[in-house]
Amino acid sequence: MMRPVSKAILASIWFMILTFPVMGIKLNTVEQTVEWQFDRIILLGVAIFFLSLLWNWCFSRKGRGLPLIALPSGMGATLGRLCSLPLRDSRSRAVSLTVLLLVMLVMPLVSSFYQTNIMILALLYVMLALGLNIAVGIAGQLVLGYVAFYAVGAYAYALLNQFFGLGFWACLPVGGLLAVLFGLALGFPVLRLRGDYLAIVTLGFGEIVRLTLLNWTSLTGGSGGIKNIPGPSFFGKQLSIEDNTIFIYYLVLLAVILTIVVITRLKNSRVGLALQALREDEIACEAMGIDLARVKLSAFALSSCWAGFAGVIFAAKSTFINPASFTFMESAMILSMVVLGGMGSIVGVVIAALILILAPEYLRAFSDYRMLIFGAIMVIMMIFRPQGLVTGERRKYRINALKGEQA
Amino acid sequence: MASAPFCPLRPGRTAAHKNGMDVQYFIELFFSGLTRGSIYALIALGYTLVYGIIELINFAHGEIYMLGAFTALLVAGVLGIMGFPAGGILVVAALAAIIWSAAYGFTLEKVAYKPLRGAPRLSPLISAIGMSIFLQNYVLLAQTSEYLPFPRLLPDMEFLDYIDNIMGPSDFLILVCSMLAMVALTLFIRYTKMGKAMRATAQNRKMALLLGINADRIISLTFIVGSALAALGGVLIASHMGQVNFSIGFLAGLKAFTAAVLGGIGSIPGAVVGGLVLGIAESFTTGYISGNYEDALAFALLIFILIFRPDGILGKAKVQKV
Amino acid sequence: MNNLAKHDAQTTAGPRQVLVVEGLSRDFGGLRALNDLDVTINEGEIVALIGPNGAGKTTFFNCVTGIYTPTEGQIFLYDANGKKQLLNGKKPHIITSMGMARTFQNIRLFGDMTVLENVMIGRHCRTHAGIWGALTRNARTRREEQDTIDRSYALLETVNLAHLWNESARNLSYGAQRRLEIARALATEPRMLLLDEPAAGMNPHETQELEALVRDLRSRLKLSILLIEHDMGMVMSLSDRIYVMEYGSRIAYGTPEEVRSNPRVIQAYLGESDDA
Repeated sequence: MMRPVSKAILASIWFMILTFPVMGIKLNTVEQTVEWQFDRIILLGVAIFFLSLLWNWCFSRKGRGLPLIALPSGMGATLGRLCSLPLRDSRSRAVSLTVLLLVMLVMPLVSSFYQTNIMILALLYVMLALGLNIAVGIAGQLVLGYVAFYAVGAYAYALLNQFFGLGFWACLPVGGLLAVLFGLALGFPVLRLRGDYLAIVTLGFGEIVRLTLLNWTSLTGGSGGIKNIPGPSFFGKQLSIEDNTIFIYYLVLLAVILTIVVITRLKNSRVGLALQALREDEIACEAMGIDLARVKLSAFALSSCWAGFAGVIFAAKSTFINPASFTFMESAMILSMVVLGGMGSIVGVVIAALILILAPEYLRAFSDYRMLIFGAIMVIMMIFRPQGLVTGERRKYRINALKGEQA
Repeated sequence: MASAPFCPLRPGRTAAHKNGMDVQYFIELFFSGLTRGSIYALIALGYTLVYGIIELINFAHGEIYMLGAFTALLVAGVLGIMGFPAGGILVVAALAAIIWSAAYGFTLEKVAYKPLRGAPRLSPLISAIGMSIFLQNYVLLAQTSEYLPFPRLLPDMEFLDYIDNIMGPSDFLILVCSMLAMVALTLFIRYTKMGKAMRATAQNRKMALLLGINADRIISLTFIVGSALAALGGVLIASHMGQVNFSIGFLAGLKAFTAAVLGGIGSIPGAVVGGLVLGIAESFTTGYISGNYEDALAFALLIFILIFRPDGILGKAKVQKV
Repeated sequence: MNNLAKHDAQTTAGPRQVLVVEGLSRDFGGLRALNDLDVTINEGEIVALIGPNGAGKTTFFNCVTGIYTPTEGQIFLYDANGKKQLLNGKKPHIITSMGMARTFQNIRLFGDMTVLENVMIGRHCRTHAGIWGALTRNARTRREEQDTIDRSYALLETVNLAHLWNESARNLSYGAQRRLEIARALATEPRMLLLDEPAAGMNPHETQELEALVRDLRSRLKLSILLIEHDMGMVMSLSDRIYVMEYGSRIAYGTPEEVRSNPRVIQAYLGESDDA
């Protein structure tokens, strides 16, 4: 019992010294004074003491192969039953999904303009996270420049509209297609690359796209971006801002449902199985007759496609875009949703995306610390629960008992 | 990512001489590239050392460099207000930066990477990306999002007057300090017991373990050495540019990583060569073409090398074991 | 390829060849890992490749399956119609689809996937459903999928793993994992099966079962099997012929009796503990 405590004390002293300059010193360069912030250091020391105890406790549980959170007996079982109740059989699943859908459908009609906007944003991120999940979660290809494809979609709509007057509905497929082309253009040269190199190359690619958008002023308007992008027309009619927002909400909701259906089907298919195999062992994949190049390119194309769609919708929703919306931090945020939700898990990623976008919006205390928390989530999840909140749903198979036929 | 130019040409130089064939302009660009390249090299050494030992791209390494610059700025600020002499402040601030950065590097490894030994290859990389974001925002929240001015601490160096359009005091300091640091590192790796153990671990970790080398200690040492070098780079660049910001680590880190890959990741001379080549290439691009695409050049170069010559200029090709 | 056209079809005289390797060499830097190897495998034959550790046996497998490109020499595989096809320079997945399957010395299963799914992956190169099929789930796709499931399950029965079909592959015992790798390889419908130390880590009982399985595969599926193995008891009782390698070169070949009495083989193995 003594060891963890003394360890925690040591850790807390270490961190107090470590963070002393950055946390404890505040310079006022105008008045040439120093503000010493010992209160922050003390507070941090106390926090580290408890965090260290928690850290050790988590490790000891992990070392013994126990789950990190164990509810008292009885309560755990009840809670588990409660959680799985809506999903127990096909009928209750249908009922709970209908209820969820109704809530989502009614939401924009009863909530404020502001809240609808936030919900649109959250749903857009659900779409992005699900898209990235194809490459990262299912196929194991760590893409760090995902936001580039999002940017391609957004700029495709903005520019096609500005120069050729094309409308939203014409640009939606074009944006998706262009993103796929970009995905393939990135995918081809990186086929041979190992995982970590691939990650860096995609990051470089994302930055190049952003820098090009920033510097090609004559086309993209540089950092000023593109303004006055129209929203989607409703049967040929442009809507007012409020109506437009509600319309886009339903549009994104539909897009998300579509995304979920498509990705679920994809994951459970022959191609999906090959993608999952790719995540686990490339050499074994090849030896099983899987064309690595083809499967990797499919992963890139399928993944970037959703970012393209989301980009077009984003441009239509915000009516103004500039390169600042497409930085590496966006890619990192989307990645942390996939990491938190569980690589390859569709339900998990949806929940994680909603939590990570909505929590900072509604809990003001979080909003400043949002990126700090995103960073911490990535580290903590990798250490304690690399499989994510929701472990990959397993597919059910129907086995036709043998028919005496051999392969 | 708000990004100021990493290591700009000194003001007043570009416009006046911009007539293509000017030899002096060429020399200026060359030295400016050399200055910038030696900073890249200092940071790149950290990537290369860590990669050599645990095959991890330490994505948060750029933040260690940023923390070094920040620590130096804060310590220098405090000492300046207390009225210490400029030369002394610079030395103390640099030492503080090196010590604290080394401590950050050490802690970073213990917290974010050590628990992931033996995990799938991408896990520590994701953890590293998380740590990079965390550290950036830690400094942002604890300090400010503004660019903070770094005090002018360098004495005038009269002997530089003859070449003052080529090299100012801070350029001179950067070149001398980085050269000394690289020589020191080489001697350390080559002749000390710890350095030899590092080389042995890099070559074959299992074998080193069998020979009684404590791998954990070597890994910690690698992070400490790499972080100290990055901190030195941070102090030098801070005093050169005169300002520091929480976001400077990201771009510098990526460029240094480019340099490390360019030279052949895992190779110490490679990191130095790669850093200098990248610095000079950037300087010429900025000077003769345009400063707008300077960052894009580095990324394009990075992609190009990784695809066509992933083992870099001085690296050796590896055969994957099946 | 033109010069191959001459001896396209095999003469019916003698046993039908499946795999022919001529003068195969492979260098790593300055090191010659394989040196001028000649190997021939006939249809329905069980052949063993033995030799001390580091003799280049696995490198040989990697060259034959296209993971490494040979420095010199040629590798041919005959298809079902007796047509000779050059394997050099072909990608591993192409070689697999031509009828070559393998297992790995250091088991390379898809650990997070179920036992059944592992075998289903092996069916990949024999099935066709694409992305469009996945999205629409049309009748053809569903039929193909059910067929894949049924065949895979049948293969699991062959290797006696059917009862574990829904288990994660990583939870299987060592011996079961090796058998699963064989089932996965069989799912690609090979004519030539390469087994890299299939009995490593198995207990004597499991080894016996494996031996029976290999014999069964040969007789029922007319498979040609080439195996790397250190268990001399199994090698001697199972193989029709044996190739012996040392330092990348073939030092002997022949029937088990011939090899057993070959002085060079005895010398190569001198000092090596013989498990048999």
